Amino acid sequence: MLNLQAYCVYTRVYVSMLTVSEIRNLFPALSRKVYGKDLVYLDNAATSQRPQMVLDKWLEISAYSNANIHRAVHRLADEATQAYEQARDSVREYLNAAEREEIVFTSGTTAAINLVAFSFGEAFINEGDEVIVTEAEHHSNIVPWQLMCQRKKAVLKVLPVDENGYLMVEKMDDLLTSRTKILAVTHISNVLGIINPIEDIISKCHSKGVPVLVDGAQGIVHCSVDVQKLDCDFYVFSGHKLYAATGTGVLYGKRRWLDAMPPYMGGGEMVGNVSFAETTYAPLPLKFEAGTQNFASVATFIPALELSKRLSNKELENYNNEVRDFVLNALLSDSRIKLYGVPRGTNEDKIALFSFTVQGVHHEDLALILDKMGVAVRSGQMCAEPLMDRMGVTGMLRASFAPYNTMQEAEYFIKCLNKAITMLE
Amino acid sequence: MTLIEAENAIIEEFSIYEEWLDKYEYLIELGKALTDYPEESKTDDKLIKGCQSRVWLDYKIEEGKIVFNADSDAIITKGIISLLIGLYSGRTAQEILSSDFSVVEKIGLKENLSPTRANGLVSMIAKIREIAMAN
Repeated sequence: MLNLQAYCVYTRVYVSMLTVSEIRNLFPALSRKVYGKDLVYLDNAATSQRPQMVLDKWLEISAYSNANIHRAVHRLADEATQAYEQARDSVREYLNAAEREEIVFTSGTTAAINLVAFSFGEAFINEGDEVIVTEAEHHSNIVPWQLMCQRKKAVLKVLPVDENGYLMVEKMDDLLTSRTKILAVTHISNVLGIINPIEDIISKCHSKGVPVLVDGAQGIVHCSVDVQKLDCDFYVFSGHKLYAATGTGVLYGKRRWLDAMPPYMGGGEMVGNVSFAETTYAPLPLKFEAGTQNFASVATFIPALELSKRLSNKELENYNNEVRDFVLNALLSDSRIKLYGVPRGTNEDKIALFSFTVQGVHHEDLALILDKMGVAVRSGQMCAEPLMDRMGVTGMLRASFAPYNTMQEAEYFIKCLNKAITMLE
Repeated sequence: MTLIEAENAIIEEFSIYEEWLDKYEYLIELGKALTDYPEESKTDDKLIKGCQSRVWLDYKIEEGKIVFNADSDAIITKGIISLLIGLYSGRTAQEILSSDFSVVEKIGLKENLSPTRANGLVSMIAKIREIAMAN
């Protein structure tokens, strides 16, 4: 049985100025052991760990303010609704969206892209129209568009990457035609860790009147995003990679698009009036939030974004960059290792996410041995099979760092990796 | 040696390895020693769909016994395959089906059977059973 009183008191004493070790103390999972070894969690691109204040928020709503939102007039319903809508304000502020109505909550990045692909498709795509995605996308930013194109008899076109994993932006001029209706691009590939030049892509598209969806699943964690400055038409991301609870996601969309798009799902509070003859829909954003929402988890955006804001300070960024540069140099200087997404020129457009293969050694074997050493990394295709094909591999090993990962962990990872390779060679 | 005796022998052999490192090193050695699978048999119809590592499983019937041959692109998986082949190859279908296949768990490789990690291994055991049932 959890002592809620103690939890709530603890919640209020979080420090404002954070060092790496103080940040780590906020995350219960980071102090645990696996197989008797200190956990070194380097699978942050898949999901980040949760800080105590996020767990507390979820518990607070679930324990004390559990009531279905947007409908009943009683006190609990009011508290739950307030928390949910406050989360919308937090997200609006975080993204600098013009209006809170432009923030739609979904179950995650995948759900948000599916929503746009379906509803935008219904409103704007006709037979023979064209949709552009890139070769660097994960499946969630490919398959929803494929499904829509099949349904609408539209054509899916692909912007390629070069052998380093950089998008070949110069090929856009050939791809963009008078039939292009939308382009979907990832802010940062979950395999390559390269920050894509989305500003250029957006302005190129806009000059031809083509709207752009940016998949920010990784981007939101590593870049500060101002959707008005970016001028993107849609920006989507998941909460669980940004310290919030799982099962949460955000769709930002410019009002003029969202207004023109029909609902994706029906039911719950997404309606104006319902009769068997005709149903009218609720105004934004509820039009796109059918059914009972995941309100306790959505409320965790409030503490999660607050923490994220505190993490974006120069001192911590410098430290994180040192960690990135150390791992990057260690991997690049090892002739047995082939790194994908090697930065050209400065490291500024590279995040601390490293996907690589090792000559003659299978990624699964490496991941199994690293796991036993306490190091959690990802192995496999990373939900990006077309990119694996492009790079000519069946899978890779990926180590993805968060701001809470230390230089000691980076050094330990490199040491363990060397040992694992020696065992397997 | 009967199948049960062979399974117990492996369980006993693994019990001397207390450290995971020793276990993995043993499996890696076994994996490296498994070299008879012909390249030309690495065809899609022999491929067992797994999560990360690819596993090919082939068999023939010799004097009423099922002879398995298999390979994988991952060495630890290959070590486990080598164990399985050592146990089940050259036995009758009836003998194979009498096993509960709990040996992998009993030698402390249970984590290799977790749903995310070892679809390949689970599928391989299922395939061995399927082949035995069909013969």
